Amino acid sequence: MKKVLAGLVAVAALSTPSVALAEKIVIACGALGQEADVCKQGAEAWAKKAGHTVELMSVPTDAGQQLAQFQQLLAAGSSDIDVVRIDVVWPGIVANHFIDLKPYFPEDVLKQHFQPIVQNNTVNGKLIAIPWFTDAGLLYYRKDLLEKHGQKPPTTWQEMAQVAQAVVDAEKKAGNTRLVGYVFQGKAYEGLTCNALEWVDSFGGGTIVDSKGQITINNPKAAEAIDFFAGLIGNVAPKGVLSYEEEGARGVFQKGDAVFMRNWPYAWSLANAKDSPIAGKVGVMALPKGGPDGKSTGTLGGWQLGVSKYSKNPAIAAELVKYLTSAEEQKRRALVASFNPTIMSLYKDAELLKANPFLGELYDTFVNAVPRPTITGAKYNQVSTEFRNGVHATLSGKGKAADNLKKVEAKLKKLGKNGKW
Amino acid sequence: MTTPTTPVAASAATGVGTPKAGASTQARQRTRAAWLFLAPTLFAMALVAGWPLARTFWFSFTDANLTDMAASQFVGVESLRAVLEDPDWWTTVWTTFRFALVSVFLETALGLIIALALNAKFPGRALLRAAVLVPWAIPTVVSARMWGWMFNDLYGVINAILLYLGLISEPLAWTAEPGLSFAAVVAVDVWKTTPFMALLILAALQMLPEDIYEAARIDGAGPLRSFFQVTLPLLKGPLMVAIIFRMLDALRVFDVFFVLTGGSTETMPMAGYARQQMFEYQLIGVGSASASLLFALIAAFTALYMVVGRVKLDEGA
Amino acid sequence: MRFVKKAAFWLLLAVILLYTLFPFYWAIVSSLKTGSALFEVDPWPPVPAWSNYSAVFTAQPFGQNILNSVIVAASVVVLSLLLGLTASYALARITFRGRKALLLSVLGVSMFPQIAVLSGMFELVRWLGLYNSLPALIVSNLILTLPFTVWVLTTFMRELPKELEEAAVMDGATQWTILTRVFLPLLGPAMATTGLLAFIAAWNEFLFALTFTQSDRVRTVPVAIALFSGGSAFETPWGLIMAASVIVTVPLIVLVLIFQRKIISGLTAGAVKG
Repeated sequence: MKKVLAGLVAVAALSTPSVALAEKIVIACGALGQEADVCKQGAEAWAKKAGHTVELMSVPTDAGQQLAQFQQLLAAGSSDIDVVRIDVVWPGIVANHFIDLKPYFPEDVLKQHFQPIVQNNTVNGKLIAIPWFTDAGLLYYRKDLLEKHGQKPPTTWQEMAQVAQAVVDAEKKAGNTRLVGYVFQGKAYEGLTCNALEWVDSFGGGTIVDSKGQITINNPKAAEAIDFFAGLIGNVAPKGVLSYEEEGARGVFQKGDAVFMRNWPYAWSLANAKDSPIAGKVGVMALPKGGPDGKSTGTLGGWQLGVSKYSKNPAIAAELVKYLTSAEEQKRRALVASFNPTIMSLYKDAELLKANPFLGELYDTFVNAVPRPTITGAKYNQVSTEFRNGVHATLSGKGKAADNLKKVEAKLKKLGKNGKW
Repeated sequence: MTTPTTPVAASAATGVGTPKAGASTQARQRTRAAWLFLAPTLFAMALVAGWPLARTFWFSFTDANLTDMAASQFVGVESLRAVLEDPDWWTTVWTTFRFALVSVFLETALGLIIALALNAKFPGRALLRAAVLVPWAIPTVVSARMWGWMFNDLYGVINAILLYLGLISEPLAWTAEPGLSFAAVVAVDVWKTTPFMALLILAALQMLPEDIYEAARIDGAGPLRSFFQVTLPLLKGPLMVAIIFRMLDALRVFDVFFVLTGGSTETMPMAGYARQQMFEYQLIGVGSASASLLFALIAAFTALYMVVGRVKLDEGA
Repeated sequence: MRFVKKAAFWLLLAVILLYTLFPFYWAIVSSLKTGSALFEVDPWPPVPAWSNYSAVFTAQPFGQNILNSVIVAASVVVLSLLLGLTASYALARITFRGRKALLLSVLGVSMFPQIAVLSGMFELVRWLGLYNSLPALIVSNLILTLPFTVWVLTTFMRELPKELEEAAVMDGATQWTILTRVFLPLLGPAMATTGLLAFIAAWNEFLFALTFTQSDRVRTVPVAIALFSGGSAFETPWGLIMAASVIVTVPLIVLVLIFQRKIISGLTAGAVKG
């Protein structure tokens, strides 16, 4: 009955936008690069059409701090936010605070999206968010520099390190002293969890906690992967990466001061924007393999839009979500800012493929991206923190990966006894 | 804000007592006025300090969760034990104490030097004293941001200067490596709070009688000897108070670490740990338990401050 | 020898001045640089660019943030002074049982770590329906300023001569009259000092603001600056951040320069005199 009612309300709101009173909807989008601007354009286009107003809530760049911000707002039952951008790893943590969107989204609309993401966003049968864009880690490289020094794009991480070292050495001789080999997200925050999971997975070291809830992180391959990257710090990668978030890494790469960068797809359109110093000089590829028998992988990222349970206008907020997650808006966002769509058909769109060639080439990477261990539910954030703290310690030279991962394992065992989270 | 009018009415009515009963009536009246005068403040303090503190203590013994704070259950010392058994907690305790000791030591040493310099008479002294106050007035967050930029590994001015002087051969990652970022945090805090120390010491210096120096000079003591044998012993009281006062402040530290280093348990103060548990893990119970532990620690230091402070009061009186 | 000593002294002063002012100078320099100039270490920008200063207000709701900070800090100061005035009169001039215990607890509360009341305050603010609003900050900031105000005003008031009120008592004046007619006119400087220190404390407050306000329209300056991120697609907006830092610091510096004597007397009253 409730669902039917909600559905009716939604239909009513949709069919009579001009009659409805103008309401203000507050939405939180992201803060990386041009993200806020692009989100604002979309939201305002909707507002104009629907006869409402929108307001953006600015958020910290660090995803963990964003989560803290939303948790505080929602725990206080505040109606000051209507639409929240939810990370792919959050549904298990925040599900309580969001309305079920099923009444607003017919089955055939949901079927257009990647199904694993829709499932990820369904908690206890409640669809708490609609996929907005998806992410996977990519390797950006300087095509021009590699060509200049006769190097080929690497297929393994080890090759990447060699190529980077060779290019940096050659450039240094030519007087380019600022150039560094490789930048990534090394600050102790959620981004490092993503990076390190890619390393571990590419070396065949698993996914921290497996799909059955068993803790698998303490294994030789995982240790080998992390030790390998710890070895890069201070030579191929500057020590400063230990404090870089996405934007810190992109800042260096975008200025032309790095040969390789690991980042999300959003960096593509910025790197190739009109005033960018490296426009047209950038290549992008799937992340390298961890050695000849490793695999190429990327951490599954991506963001969804949910409607707060405490919103005063849930129906109108759902309308905004519907607009922003629609195929047209996802295409626009992919064109102007290279946010990967979550609607499968868009990956065959000629115009999009031309703007973001990697969409087609790297389709498999996106579809097969390695998920973070969301089986840990509400404890995910602690699991992630323990893992990245162990990694960060290894990267900053405090002990070998094997010892640090053993400590991580011990801590995780306390959090999830016998695989129960 | 309307409360203070009550004593006027009350005392106006009984204002002129009979001469005989006057003394005791007056005393009683004064006491009543005192409590009425205090009432609004006491109410406000109970509301914003007493009640929240009591609730935090209560949460320490529950499994309260941010997702649904009403559903918390009493769990005894379970949350406290979770904190005490967490090696990360002890890392933050160690970091906080190291931070407090190192920065307060540096602040005291530098503060002494600056205070001694400012105590001399020279043209432009007032201006310099004002300049020294500038860092103190700047919001901690702002100073952390300013220093964060100066400490930037690739484009920061500090690395540029050190490279130029040949003191380092390659840029240091100031805010990234745990050891260096600890030093960076200390540097910011020292910069920001040394003025406070310097001015406290200066105030104490200016209260010292001139003639002791005369006596020391006549005895043939050099400036160094007169400092260590005359000035320092006399400064001991106020210096101790200032140091404990600053220690209390340093043990509560949160913003500098949050803005400058962010995230890593290696460089997190106790207050940061508590906040992480409460708002990043939603564990209000465990977070409150750690906050209560920090409170107990500060309370012990406050007691010490009061004892030392009173000793000084007696001397002065 | 004397010359060397003098030179050494002036060198020391120069070093002190450099140490205290350089970061601020560097913030100004950086705020005047845009684009790639920002990444070059120049002691002065080749072409000073003021665009950062206008961008702070257009790219961010920084004007609103400043206004919020002013509202919060001013309200906290007024409330603290109003409440603290009568309380400190009672504590300083009236002898009654329990006075000492009260004084000690006031001092104790001024030492409270903010984090120790954070979860309780979160609950309180939510219960009062103030979450994500400026009154939430006004209420919570009282814990920082009220005990401090009471303490410092008490110290000041204790020093006023006894004869003042004795004469008034002889005339049959009530305590309220003594406070408002006799003491208040003399307390101007003390109130200014305490108010100023309370203002700075509230202006600089971070943890409560980070926890109790989340929307741009209610954010105060410190949180806004700490979370500054957007505004520029191509670089971390260091120029913007520095411009914002300079903007909020200059008024404080002016205040400090004007009131430095008062501030120093207030600080020492708050800490050393016990």
